[in-house]
Amino acid sequence: MAVRVQAEPFDLGAESTAFAAGLRRAGAMVTFTGLVRDNGGALQAMEIEHYPGMTERAIAAMVDEAVTRWSLEDALVIHRYGRLGPQDQIMMVATAAPHRGDAFAAAEFLMDYLKSRAPFWKKELAADGSAWVAAKDEDEAALKRW
Amino acid sequence: MVLDVLYFAWVRERIGLGRERVETTAVTVADLVAELSAREERYALAFADLKSLRVALDQDLAEFSAPLAGVREVAFFPPMTGG
Repeated sequence: MAVRVQAEPFDLGAESTAFAAGLRRAGAMVTFTGLVRDNGGALQAMEIEHYPGMTERAIAAMVDEAVTRWSLEDALVIHRYGRLGPQDQIMMVATAAPHRGDAFAAAEFLMDYLKSRAPFWKKELAADGSAWVAAKDEDEAALKRW
Repeated sequence: MVLDVLYFAWVRERIGLGRERVETTAVTVADLVAELSAREERYALAFADLKSLRVALDQDLAEFSAPLAGVREVAFFPPMTGG
């Protein structure tokens, strides 16, 4: 299990390959990558703030929960902070389980929890100003299914 | 007691600082919020709507009714937007 919170970009291919190379029993591996979305085409940058210390603790607790619930062989979460550009990779999740259903479910669980329980805040910077991204009710509602 | 109080995102911007030490006799988080709000307008503005705020005590999410006894670090921030 690994949790990394970093400013630097990550190499999706290299991370996926290294994660796969460490597996001994799994029959399924799922990876998800979140990108900086540019809804209207006016986004110049996204600034991601986080709470050092709590971020790592909160994500580690989610990963432990996922590993227990879906009998994961391994799980990885990388989440960036700082200034990112449109289409940059923000974060990735990788899960490995005996069967794909568990790997998919665990990855979705981690994504849902990262959205509203990991202390990150996004600010969108555009030519006409900047705004904090508001949390969505559906993100909170998404937690109820787990 | 002396607490490290942290602010993030627009709470930090509204108050104008990211962290401060606060000497307080507040029993609960809500007491601390009332104490800070009474200090200056910028605090009152940041804490105007508690429904749009979250609090963490020693880096665990908590309720505004939670007691502060034994707590060292209190953080206030808007709902999180990770992922």
